[in-house]
Amino acid sequence: MTEKILLRHEDVAGLRRLETYVGDGGYATARRVFSEMTPEQVIEEVKSSGLRGRGGAGFPTGMKWGFLPKDNPKPRYLLVNADESEPGTFKDRQIIEHNPHLLLECTLLTAFAIKSHKAYIYIRGEFARGAEILEAAVAEALAGGHIGANIYGSGFDLDIVIHRGAGAYICGEETGLIESLEGKRAYPRVKPPFPAVYGVFGSPTIVNNVETLCCVRSILERGSAWFKGIGPEKSPGPKLYCLSGHVERPGVFELPMGTSLREIIYEHGGGIRNGKKLKAVIPGGSSVPVFTADEIDVSMDFDSVAAAGSLLGSCGTIVMDEDTCMVRALRILARFYHHESCGQCTPCREGTGWLERLLIGLEEGGASERDLELLLQVADNMMGNTVCVLADAAAMPTKSFVAKFRSEFEEHLRLGGCPQRMSATPRTAAGAQ
Amino acid sequence: MPTLEIDGQEVTVADGENLIQAAERLGNEIPHYCYHPGLSVAGICRMCLVEIEKMPKLQIACNTRAMDGMVVKTKSEKVLHARASVLEFLLVNHPIDCPICDQAGECKLQDYYMDHDRQESRIPLESKVQKGKAIDIGPLIMLDQERCILCTRCTRFLDEVTGTSELGIFERGDHCQIDVFPGIALDNPYSGNVADICPVGALTNKDFRFRARVWYLESGKSICPTCATGCNIDVHHRRNEIFRFRPRFNGEVNRYWMCDEGRLSYKRYQGEGRLLQPVRRDQSGWQAIDWKQSHAALQEMLADAAGAVGGIASAACTNEEIFLFRRLFAGLPGAQLAGHSWTPAEASRDEFLIDGDKNPNTAGLEAQGMLSATAREVIAAALAGQLAVLILLRTDLSQICSSEEMDLLGDILKQVVVIDTHYGPSVEVADLALPIASFAETDGSFINRNRRVQKFSRVIAPPGNSRPAWQLLGELLDDEIRAGLQLDSAAGVFDTLCATEESFRGLSFADIGDLGVPLATAASEG
Repeated sequence: MTEKILLRHEDVAGLRRLETYVGDGGYATARRVFSEMTPEQVIEEVKSSGLRGRGGAGFPTGMKWGFLPKDNPKPRYLLVNADESEPGTFKDRQIIEHNPHLLLECTLLTAFAIKSHKAYIYIRGEFARGAEILEAAVAEALAGGHIGANIYGSGFDLDIVIHRGAGAYICGEETGLIESLEGKRAYPRVKPPFPAVYGVFGSPTIVNNVETLCCVRSILERGSAWFKGIGPEKSPGPKLYCLSGHVERPGVFELPMGTSLREIIYEHGGGIRNGKKLKAVIPGGSSVPVFTADEIDVSMDFDSVAAAGSLLGSCGTIVMDEDTCMVRALRILARFYHHESCGQCTPCREGTGWLERLLIGLEEGGASERDLELLLQVADNMMGNTVCVLADAAAMPTKSFVAKFRSEFEEHLRLGGCPQRMSATPRTAAGAQ
Repeated sequence: MPTLEIDGQEVTVADGENLIQAAERLGNEIPHYCYHPGLSVAGICRMCLVEIEKMPKLQIACNTRAMDGMVVKTKSEKVLHARASVLEFLLVNHPIDCPICDQAGECKLQDYYMDHDRQESRIPLESKVQKGKAIDIGPLIMLDQERCILCTRCTRFLDEVTGTSELGIFERGDHCQIDVFPGIALDNPYSGNVADICPVGALTNKDFRFRARVWYLESGKSICPTCATGCNIDVHHRRNEIFRFRPRFNGEVNRYWMCDEGRLSYKRYQGEGRLLQPVRRDQSGWQAIDWKQSHAALQEMLADAAGAVGGIASAACTNEEIFLFRRLFAGLPGAQLAGHSWTPAEASRDEFLIDGDKNPNTAGLEAQGMLSATAREVIAAALAGQLAVLILLRTDLSQICSSEEMDLLGDILKQVVVIDTHYGPSVEVADLALPIASFAETDGSFINRNRRVQKFSRVIAPPGNSRPAWQLLGELLDDEIRAGLQLDSAAGVFDTLCATEESFRGLSFADIGDLGVPLATAASEG
């Protein structure tokens, strides 16, 4: 794919400004859709495009929009999830900071489709620059008549509010995000009811990820058939791949859905840093099961990655080379989940800290014989038993790290700590001789 | 009315019931912490996970509506494993200080551990997260953050029921803790309820803690006598001493709650100030007499008075006492009788459970026509010299008269008879004082502000020589009046009342049940 859709700003300088964006064809789709299409037609078009949510779950977007109750008299809200915080993921940030009007235009199109007159863009608290850029873009779009009252003379109104996040990972979980937006602690809600029925302020709400929404303009501009033609039939479209870790060229790459993981790492990422060998890859953000170096010939789309035993997730691909201590890597992940557990559900609140403590024991020494089994049992007991998936997000990497790199964990147990740490001491001693 | 299957047993439930309630109908307790029927569903403790056919994951019973045709397993291997693991998680950072915890014996963590976990600890003690202990957060409540399992029942109670929101959750993950918001105390008229609903030893009642191990306590069903609401309560007692009142569920009256004023009112009925012995005043002062002598003395007084007798019964009297008091006066032509319901001007009141009428049975007085004359009218007659004897049943004369008038009454009246639980201003001017049982020491019934007849039973014995007032009054009736009355029990007296009084017709003591029954309105009964 040569032409960039989501990372258009890489080809067009200054796209952040409304003038440039409009000069590049921006808001023309919105203008046309407003005069030529009905909201139902827009939903139909997105449904037939096969667009699936880019936030992690891969749920069909058009179908989600269709879940809005027809007879609910309350206002409807569109909530844009810009709380990008999955470790290894930094794709939405690119769009927000460099192509904010694409997000606004797609927000406008979606609001039109679902008949919402108020959209919130909940942006991660740490994205201060992104928030400023979005706020400036909203001001420009308002002045240009692209949002506000009676847009393009259609009689349709839309108010877009940029809401800065509260600084917790859990705010990215869609119902945690809703609670946070309402000014409460970001405790994920017990479902059902789902946001489409009971969302922001108890009103029907559609929550979509930034990257997901940003596909909407191109679908309406070029047609669902065009979109469906990119990548695998059941998970089509352009996709942003975040590549980080021990690669030569980390970054965000826009490639067709279904590009192989090997191609992403070796062609686009330039291979493993310093000529080292690949040891492991987390394909979809820190929460998903890890792949070994032998498992990277996988098509990076929702279904193929799932079939291979992991998840495409948010597409945050983290590459680890041969020098990586998998126990330490897992310990760092466990620390993150321990720190970010909201503390609402028992298994997650208590389990995430327990996992970290066990891993500290394994890495620093002090773990007992049974601790490796215990680690797996704790992970097992956490999975599937909580309100949201944060517990699973901590348990899945734990289970897969141990399953795929068990000998390394056993070695830690046998040696009473990390061999890399221990070997550091004799090496220094040898050097001194 | 959905019908479903739980552990192989079929059950039909009301629309909208959840699986915990549905299982309860079968006597099957699905263990739970955060769920409380009086609060919104939180769904966070994860203790009530059950298996539902056609659902891949375990579901929380508290947030699952019982649906027609559902097949639920609450004891499958998968469920039992999940339960045990949730309990293990709950104990990861729990201090396990049961030996010094006052919740021991009524702690759901202890109970469920014994029922559903019982595995050896796999957590080293030194690795536990430490939090605050014995934090004084309000006049009635002590907080232990380490014991807290973060079920949020307390915060939901304060958000949803009292609307005062004094408590919140601070920090995140396993550092989460319940605390009062800065500069605020947990000080509202219902604060004691948070200790009741706390399933563990995190919130304890300062008035009760360390006073008794709960497994030594016995419990009796009763009605709070502090105001006209008549909250249903359990009286916890041991060795004839009351240790605490706890709200007892009644969907028509107080739901799961009671106010702190009522909760602490148990103290009024024990200890100092109780009358323990019939006493008669002579020239040298009070003389203890026995019941035989007191009855003889009273009957002599009544005979001498030749009908010039006044009687006042307060709204603290039970329906049975009021009835027999009226019977006593029915035999005295020309006697003047009135009911007396008094509340201090500064009395608390709100829109929830605290009624401005600080009497438990004003409606009971009214139902028996006792409010057609006022106590003041009886006193006026006495001051005018029309009465020779005044009998006060649970009545404090200082609420009706000035102190000058009280002195005057002492001089004008030949005899003042006080039938009461406590030594008080009335006794100061009395010639004869007869000790009776408090509401906790006798069977009886009250009628609350919504005309609901509610009964209570004797939970402890009356102190000293005091006896239930219904028994005493029955003994005072002459044989002619006694005929046809059931005087062997408060229940018998009530049933006689029902047979005699139009507004009580159709009721019986047994039919009142634990939750009370509405009294038919006088109008509808014609």
